[in-house]
Amino acid sequence: MSVKSLPKEEYWLPGHAACSGCPASLGLRMLGKALGGRFALVVPAGCTTVIQGTFPRTPSRVPILNIAFAASAAAASGLKAAFEVRNLDVPVVVWAGDGGTVDIGLQALSGAAERGEDILYICYDNEAYQNTGIQRSGATPIGAWTTTTPFGKRERRKEAPLIVAAHRVPYVATASVAYPLDFVEKVKKAASKRGFKYIHLHAPCPTGWRFPPSKTIEVGKAAVETGMWVLYEVENGLLKLTGRSTGLWDPAKRKPLEDYLKLQGRFAHLFKPENRWMLEELKKHVDENWSRIRATLERGGRLF
Amino acid sequence: MPRVVLSGNEAVAVGVKLSRVNVVAAYPITPQTTIVEKIADYVEQGELKARFINVESEHSAMAACIGAAAGGARCFTATSSQGLLYMGEMVYWAGGARLPIVMAVVNRALAPPWSIWCDHNDALSLRDAGWIQMWAESVQEVLDMMVLAYKVAENERVLLPVMVNLDGFLLSHAYEPVEVPTQETVDLFLPEKRPAPYWIDVVDPKSYGTIASPDTYMEFRFKLQAAMDEAARVIEEVDAEWSRMTGRSYGGLLELYKCEDAEVGLVVVGSWAGDAKEAIDRLREKGVRAGVIRLRVTRPFPSRSLASVAESMDAVAVVDRSLSPGLPSVLLSEVRNALYDNGKKPYVKGFIAGLGGRDVTPLDFEAAVESTLKAKEDGGSRVEWLGLKGGRDVC
Ligand SMILES: Cc1ncc(C[n+]2csc(CCOP(=O)(O)OP(=O)(O)O)c2C)c(N)n1
Ligand code: SF4
Ligand SMILES: [Mg+2]
Repeated sequence: MSVKSLPKEEYWLPGHAACSGCPASLGLRMLGKALGGRFALVVPAGCTTVIQGTFPRTPSRVPILNIAFAASAAAASGLKAAFEVRNLDVPVVVWAGDGGTVDIGLQALSGAAERGEDILYICYDNEAYQNTGIQRSGATPIGAWTTTTPFGKRERRKEAPLIVAAHRVPYVATASVAYPLDFVEKVKKAASKRGFKYIHLHAPCPTGWRFPPSKTIEVGKAAVETGMWVLYEVENGLLKLTGRSTGLWDPAKRKPLEDYLKLQGRFAHLFKPENRWMLEELKKHVDENWSRIRATLERGGRLF
Repeated sequence: MPRVVLSGNEAVAVGVKLSRVNVVAAYPITPQTTIVEKIADYVEQGELKARFINVESEHSAMAACIGAAAGGARCFTATSSQGLLYMGEMVYWAGGARLPIVMAVVNRALAPPWSIWCDHNDALSLRDAGWIQMWAESVQEVLDMMVLAYKVAENERVLLPVMVNLDGFLLSHAYEPVEVPTQETVDLFLPEKRPAPYWIDVVDPKSYGTIASPDTYMEFRFKLQAAMDEAARVIEEVDAEWSRMTGRSYGGLLELYKCEDAEVGLVVVGSWAGDAKEAIDRLREKGVRAGVIRLRVTRPFPSRSLASVAESMDAVAVVDRSLSPGLPSVLLSEVRNALYDNGKKPYVKGFIAGLGGRDVTPLDFEAAVESTLKAKEDGGSRVEWLGLKGGRDVC
């Protein structure tokens, strides 16, 4: 399988208003192909609001219900309920940013997950509030520069996929726009299941992360190869590494973290002597994360 | 028609059932809770074929209703007070999106200090959200209003959400014998939802709620206003249709009590209209020709009908169950505004009363009318607080 083997049909059309190299529009293209264009999207405030362009035009060939920032999981629950009472078998997919997911939308997300709503929730994670001008979010990694963490974020990021997995939903996965086939497979698998499904999609953002627009895929791959971002699935509580992340629990197989950090302006200050501690802290988090994954896999992968 | 004893909240639930609502999303709060419990019961027993979404907050309750309405369901929610404020962002969203959602608001004061008792500040805070706001006086009216609300909301000339307001405890927990319309009657009156232009459809995909530039935004708002204007007419038509089918008419936007020859009018909203009517009877015994103007609908505001009723009156007393600190009476301002352009306009005086459930009796209404007539003669204050401890403080 290669990217070329994906369906040719496009559901996210050119002419949209995203920055060049935008991971969100890339993800939306893949999503449309994965589901064959037959689904309804629910989109809260964020870059995806803006990249749709202005009324009366839309680049989307699937219907979109735009909704307030905190409301997507609840609005999707209602939309799906309406389809159910009308006997329409149409998947409902939330497409929300990290801010709309791990911060302001977390309550509605948790509620929908707990109720077991039959929806697919995708968080495209560009690790900050990009739409309002690159402010920190609960998903911004430690050390990263944003406009509200001008000397680097001091706190570690929230692990949203694990928070959702703790609701014991049937399917949770992480993915990256740099690995479209892995993402498409996960979308298809999620769509084949009933109940609440969650995919957390790593989305390197050239504008907010300070790298050239041509390097979105390169940065995304570096995140995975250095172990900073991990591709995995949690199916019925069982953790499994997927794609390029398979086997990376062995530190020898991971590239040095610097290979990822040095591609991006938002981490540039980490290489100044006075910020060494942030770099060390970040490395420690990555190692801790992998130790935990390794321990879980050695126990047979059971998370919950 | 079967006559049964129902509380206001039960009447809401019966209205939901008769209207064949198929998605309900709600979160409990006193004094709304018994509505949610009753509906959950109907759904569990299979008496109402609906999806009940037990959301984790009111913000999500309205968000779920928005999703459901956009997906083509007839949907319902109910709340009170803090719940309504918490929902606020989505209430505006539903109005702007022109989705025909019906919500019962069991009116309750706002904290702090905590109060579970009735006043109208909760609904008042959302008067500009693009919702039709209706107010019931009796349990019978609550039941009828629920069905009428869907009929108005879904009318193609309207397409607006409707808030059915009922006074917390005074109406929500008061039991009255009511005539329950048969399912056949309601089915005839309120047919199944027909596909509407706002439905989310994979065959004819559209993007809703995208960004409107300064070039297009204002027209959306203009259309919202035009829909409100139209709603005023539709509410009257629907009231007449309901009256033909059930024999019960409420007069559309206004209910008038003994206003034909009245020299002084008493303007009220909600369940205390009963006390106001009693006061008017006593005043008439004393030779004061007085009448009650009950606003059944405050959005769209019935400016024209109000002006034409008040035209023949010398004075009007407006008793408001809410406060806009610094104004201080929204109802007074709106009534005055409605009368201002009319050639002949009465003297108008406002009263702030019943906040946080403070008791108001027919005697208080009587005093309000008398105080208005007196102020007209000697030019006293234009706003007065009724029943304020330590005397009638005046501002
Ligand atoms: C209730 C509310 N608060 C704040 C905003 C302003 N706002 C719009 S988008 C956004 C950030 C979105 O961040 P994220 O969800 O990560 O999406 P991104 O823009 O990064 O794609 C904020 C703060 C809003 N629209 N609504
Ligand atoms: S800021 Fe980033 S996520 Fe937002 S549109 Fe631009 S590239 Fe895409
Ligand atoms: Mg973001």
